[in-house]
Amino acid sequence: MATTLTQKRVPASRSTVAHKYAMAVSGLIMLGYLLVHMYGNLKFFQGEEKFDSYLGETLPHMFYPYLPEDGALWIIRVLLVVALVVHVYCAATLWRRNKAAAGYVGGKRYHTTQNKTGVQRSYSSFTMRWGGVILLLFIIGHVAQMMPNWLSPGGASDSKYDRVVNGFEIWWVVLLYTIGMLAVGLHLAHGFWSALTTLGQNRSSTRRSSHWTAISIALATLITVGFLSVPFAVLFFGAGS
Amino acid sequence: MNITVRVWRQKNADDKGKMVTYGVENVSKDMSFLEMLDVLNEQLTLAGDDPIAFDHDCREGICGACGVVINGQAHGPQVTTTCQLHMRSFEDGAVVDVEPWRAGAFPVIKDLVVDRSSFDRIIQAGGYISAPTGSAPEANNLPVPKKDADHAFESAACIGCGACVAACPNGSGMLFTAAKITHLGLLPQGQPERDSRVIGMVEQHDHEGFGSCTNIGECTAACPKGIPLDTISRLNRDLLGALSKGKA
Amino acid sequence: MTTTTTTTNTSEFYGVGADIHDTKAPSGPIEQRWDTRKFNAKLVNPANRRKLSVIIVGTGLAGGAAAATLGEAGYHVKSFCYQDSPRRAHSIAAQGGINAAKNYRNDGDSIYRLFYDTVKGGDFRSRESNSYRLAQVSVNIIDQCVAQGVPFAREYGGLLDNRSFGGVQVSRTFYARGQTGQQLLIGAYQALERQVAAGTVEVHTRHEMLELIMVDGRARGIIARNMVTGEIETHTADVVVLATGGYGNVYFLSTNAMGSNTTATWRAHRKGAYFGNPCYTQIHPTCIPVSGDYQSKLTLMSESLRNDGRIWVPKKAGDERPADQIPEDERDYYLERIYPAFGNLVPRDIASRAAKYQCDDGKGVGPGGLGVYLDFADAIARLGLDTVKAKYGNLFDMYAQITGEDPYKTPMRIYPAVHYTMGGLWVDYDLQSNLAGLFVTGEANFSDQGANRLGASALMQGLADGYFVLPNTIANYLADGPFEKISDDHPEVVAAKQAVTDRINTFLSINGTRTVDSYHKELGQIMWEYCGMERTEEGLTKAIGLIRELKADFWKNVKVSGVNEELNQTLERAGRVADFFELGELMCIDALHRRESCGGHFRAESQTEDGEALRHDEEFAYVAAWEFGGDTPILHKEPLEYEYVEMKARSYK
Ligand SMILES: Cc1cc2nc3c(=O)[nH]c(=O)nc-3n(C[C@H](O)[C@H](O)[C@H](O)COP(=O)(O)OP(=O)(O)OC[C@H]3O[C@@H](n4cnc5c(N)ncnc54)[C@H](O)[C@@H]3O)c2cc1C
Ligand code: HEM
Ligand code: HEM
Ligand code: SF4
Ligand code: F3S
Ligand code: FES
Repeated sequence: MATTLTQKRVPASRSTVAHKYAMAVSGLIMLGYLLVHMYGNLKFFQGEEKFDSYLGETLPHMFYPYLPEDGALWIIRVLLVVALVVHVYCAATLWRRNKAAAGYVGGKRYHTTQNKTGVQRSYSSFTMRWGGVILLLFIIGHVAQMMPNWLSPGGASDSKYDRVVNGFEIWWVVLLYTIGMLAVGLHLAHGFWSALTTLGQNRSSTRRSSHWTAISIALATLITVGFLSVPFAVLFFGAGS
Repeated sequence: MNITVRVWRQKNADDKGKMVTYGVENVSKDMSFLEMLDVLNEQLTLAGDDPIAFDHDCREGICGACGVVINGQAHGPQVTTTCQLHMRSFEDGAVVDVEPWRAGAFPVIKDLVVDRSSFDRIIQAGGYISAPTGSAPEANNLPVPKKDADHAFESAACIGCGACVAACPNGSGMLFTAAKITHLGLLPQGQPERDSRVIGMVEQHDHEGFGSCTNIGECTAACPKGIPLDTISRLNRDLLGALSKGKA
Repeated sequence: MTTTTTTTNTSEFYGVGADIHDTKAPSGPIEQRWDTRKFNAKLVNPANRRKLSVIIVGTGLAGGAAAATLGEAGYHVKSFCYQDSPRRAHSIAAQGGINAAKNYRNDGDSIYRLFYDTVKGGDFRSRESNSYRLAQVSVNIIDQCVAQGVPFAREYGGLLDNRSFGGVQVSRTFYARGQTGQQLLIGAYQALERQVAAGTVEVHTRHEMLELIMVDGRARGIIARNMVTGEIETHTADVVVLATGGYGNVYFLSTNAMGSNTTATWRAHRKGAYFGNPCYTQIHPTCIPVSGDYQSKLTLMSESLRNDGRIWVPKKAGDERPADQIPEDERDYYLERIYPAFGNLVPRDIASRAAKYQCDDGKGVGPGGLGVYLDFADAIARLGLDTVKAKYGNLFDMYAQITGEDPYKTPMRIYPAVHYTMGGLWVDYDLQSNLAGLFVTGEANFSDQGANRLGASALMQGLADGYFVLPNTIANYLADGPFEKISDDHPEVVAAKQAVTDRINTFLSINGTRTVDSYHKELGQIMWEYCGMERTEEGLTKAIGLIRELKADFWKNVKVSGVNEELNQTLERAGRVADFFELGELMCIDALHRRESCGGHFRAESQTEDGEALRHDEEFAYVAAWEFGGDTPILHKEPLEYEYVEMKARSYK
């Protein structure tokens, strides 16, 4: 088996590692948005007026008059869409590639029934891909519900505050949101750590010993709890009605 | 003790392959796993069957030739090479599943033997320091801080067995590649080629059809030499540095 | 005080041919000989190197380093190994370290001292010129390896660390934890792969050399079997280098890798290359004992354990009590008793033999009574558990891993095992065998180490040969090339290929009732019993008869399953074992003819009253170079002369 090196290779700038940089950066952008978004959502507890004016006045007038009304929002939206597209595109490309790389035979990789879940991989790393898909579906549904008055379970309204309350008074809407939020949490518990590692910032010899691991889990918990507080408050404590 | 082994049998690269069950009796707890397969092979040979092919050479845990997936775990239940795994790690009457490394970049040659020459080609693509014979300066002219030397050594301990690939759900060869990047990148001698090395090796890694690393960490759990996970992050950092300098 | 006895006429086993000489070694002051040789050797113009092709079989330190260096020099190199990657050559298993006369410790070391130690350690059976060159070149090896990024152990100041090793009084051993061989080999491997990428070297992995091609008196190529497809391939070149390692596996159980074999060297021997000193084998005292008849190989543990461990056996033969129930006054610390000055630190061969004697007397411990205790209880009491852990922790872990016993609680059991073979194909100063165009490097040749090798000197020799010696001396031969091209239908090629095919077909058609391994084990037992640590005329004569019988039975009754056209590991082993039979026989004949004890060859008939090895310099100060002669090999003597080091007997009492 003489070994020869072919020179025709995909350049490193389009390598799997480069794809990962793209995922990490786009993921972190979306994470940044989520933090701000969560901050905004928590204004729900300040009442309808504050909430609606934050969404209807404060946000559209960010950097006003340097940017036109809604300008900053549109920049963020474009950035988010680009991030999501890049993220999902890279995830899909690598998913396909990794499946082939794992060397399946007859639909299975290893035919044993023992130790299916490996030794130290976490549930969250295990669920990145399908969890990501759930997230994508959630985002589509959510944006359709919140943005214009399209999908409006519980009744449309010009007040976003009302829309939120109307929706979250329905148990299955809250259930869907809960699933979505757990997906976000799990995705980030691994994703934030993973993004930092991808960008070269992990200096610990094991996954567990990395201090970023604890920070990731804390961050993921914060986001999950923070977001869920609104629907739970509405459904279980009658907030807003 | 008596055990049952279910082994992946595949005549050659084109054969479909399947799991076949054999009983092995009077297994001693002090036998190594490979010695247990030796005993089984003697039985098979005398019975006129084809013995099970598996790679091995040093049987000391250092050459990296051996390696099979045992009960779904690369190199089996202990963190060691297959040749250093002993039957005392199994219960009497156990059913033990034995399969080859699975990865697109490691095609099966026969039974438990796979072709790992892709690793050699990753090294060819930059896993060295160019030091023509005879041109070396006096060794002690280049002091290396002990910390760096020890750290480099840790990564240099990789035996090229491929367990990391077999254990990685993505079939990624990142830990192997990163171990070499880290070993050479930590030494002063390795600096001049640091950028070209990481670019060449990553390109070849991908070219061989290995998967991408999603930082899952199964590889380090299976690695018999304890290659640390931060090597992968270092590779990422080095590649980012090289790309940002426009070296690609 | 000699007790040499000669009863039978041993010469019925062999013939005697004319003496031979190393015609390449220059004379003159020993410090200048290597320079003189390099200056007088012919050179090859860089522009011509491309046209010259070199086959190198073996990718260990000797072969890998040579392939990388010759490729870099511009020759067209084809490299071969039987493993799936050149990085797995057996050199990888070396633990202890590599010697070099750097004198970094300012402890009086020098090239001359390393040379002196090598000649003395080799029990005055090596060539002075070779040993001196080895010491000289050792210095460059370390520079080369460091430049390649080999992570040697360092001091806090960042400079290289050294340790003393193998009983010498200076610290000249460079090491990389317990994995020196691995790190050196990976360095050579990476240099080799760099040349593969540069297009100068072609590596053929999973290829086993099965025959040498000789045309018009020159070695011109090899027949190799592609171990995946079974194809019998012809590879021709202007010169052939064998770097195929040692043959310790003739004993079946040894510390060598499972695939280590003599096939390449033995096939060359059959084609006319002389085999030098085949009986010199090094037996290492601290190996993990055999645990059962399924045992496939033995594992070496560092000799450093003897620094603090105490070796003992029960005083009473057949004492089956566990170690902790044997009271102090019923234990025999036999090394301390017999050799009060050196105690547990006597040289390898003495420690090994002493253990064997205890076990022969029925005092052995562990399965089969083949083991002695190496006890750290006193060391733990004296130094504390933590110190012992820090010093030997990794070795204790290794022991625990293999045996399932805890050496901190129960004493370790150790037993000697075959470890290294000093013998090998005969070569001159240029490392060329008596066949033109056949060079031999590393453990595969007989040179440099004499009758016994110092610890940490085999790695040194492999790299000296590979990086520095061969690349210079081979040019002298290649300067006359390129030689006429050889086509695949040249009669010699066709005949060699046919011979290989016939042999394979024979193996596959015997279809007998015994497995290859069972023959190998039996051969190993014969060799260990009669040609192991202690050899006698009676035993060796008996062994030759037993081997011949076993060999005849093998060719009638072996069972090799499968076909040639696939990966067939049984077939591979059958070929190796067939060659081991013939080599084993020659080893016994060599051991029988050398009626003296020297280095790794101990004849019970030749010992002092207190059991020390006794050399007979007047009669045996020569290299025994054996020419293949079927059942009756022919002995050629190469007389050895010592101009610099005075021949002395050693004493460890
Ligand atoms: C356990 C152990 C520990 C040791 N520790 C030390 C130490 O601390 N210090 C020291 O100096 N020495 C040590 N030694 C000795 C030393 O390791 C060896 O002598 C040395 O590495 C031999 O190197 P080599 O290049 O000659 O051969 P090897 O490394 O044995 O290489 C042989 C090569 O030849 C190839 N080959 C063989 N036969 C064929 C064939 N028929 N066809 C094709 N290819 C073939 C193999 O594939 C391999 O590539 C140790 C040895 C052992 C066993
Ligand atoms: C369709 C939607 C999505 C899919 C399929 C998806 C899938 C993935 C996958 C497969 C990974 C790789 C895991 C890894 O490399 O470790 C990943 C990483 C990541 N994802 Fe997503 N994801 C999606 C949406 C999102 C969203 C909405 C966010 C932000 C909130 C996000 C944040 C991240 C982060 C931060 C990472 C880590 C990047 C890295 O590892 O380099 N993802 N995603
Ligand atoms: C229970 C939790 C959540 C609540 C109550 C909530 C609420 C809202 C509301 C009220 C809006 C409309 C804002 C506006 O008009 O400016 C909105 C928009 C949006 N939300 Fe959420 N959201 C939640 C969770 C999430 C999550 C987890 C994500 C992403 C993964 C997300 C992504 C978005 C996006 C992308 C928009 C559109 C922003 C824009 O284009 O201006 N939301 N959300
Ligand atoms: S990184 Fe570990 S598992 Fe992977 S090849 Fe190297 S030693 Fe084997
Ligand atoms: S398991 Fe695979 S995903 Fe990366 S961290 Fe290890 S290579
Ligand atoms: S056989 Fe060498 S590592 Fe297992």
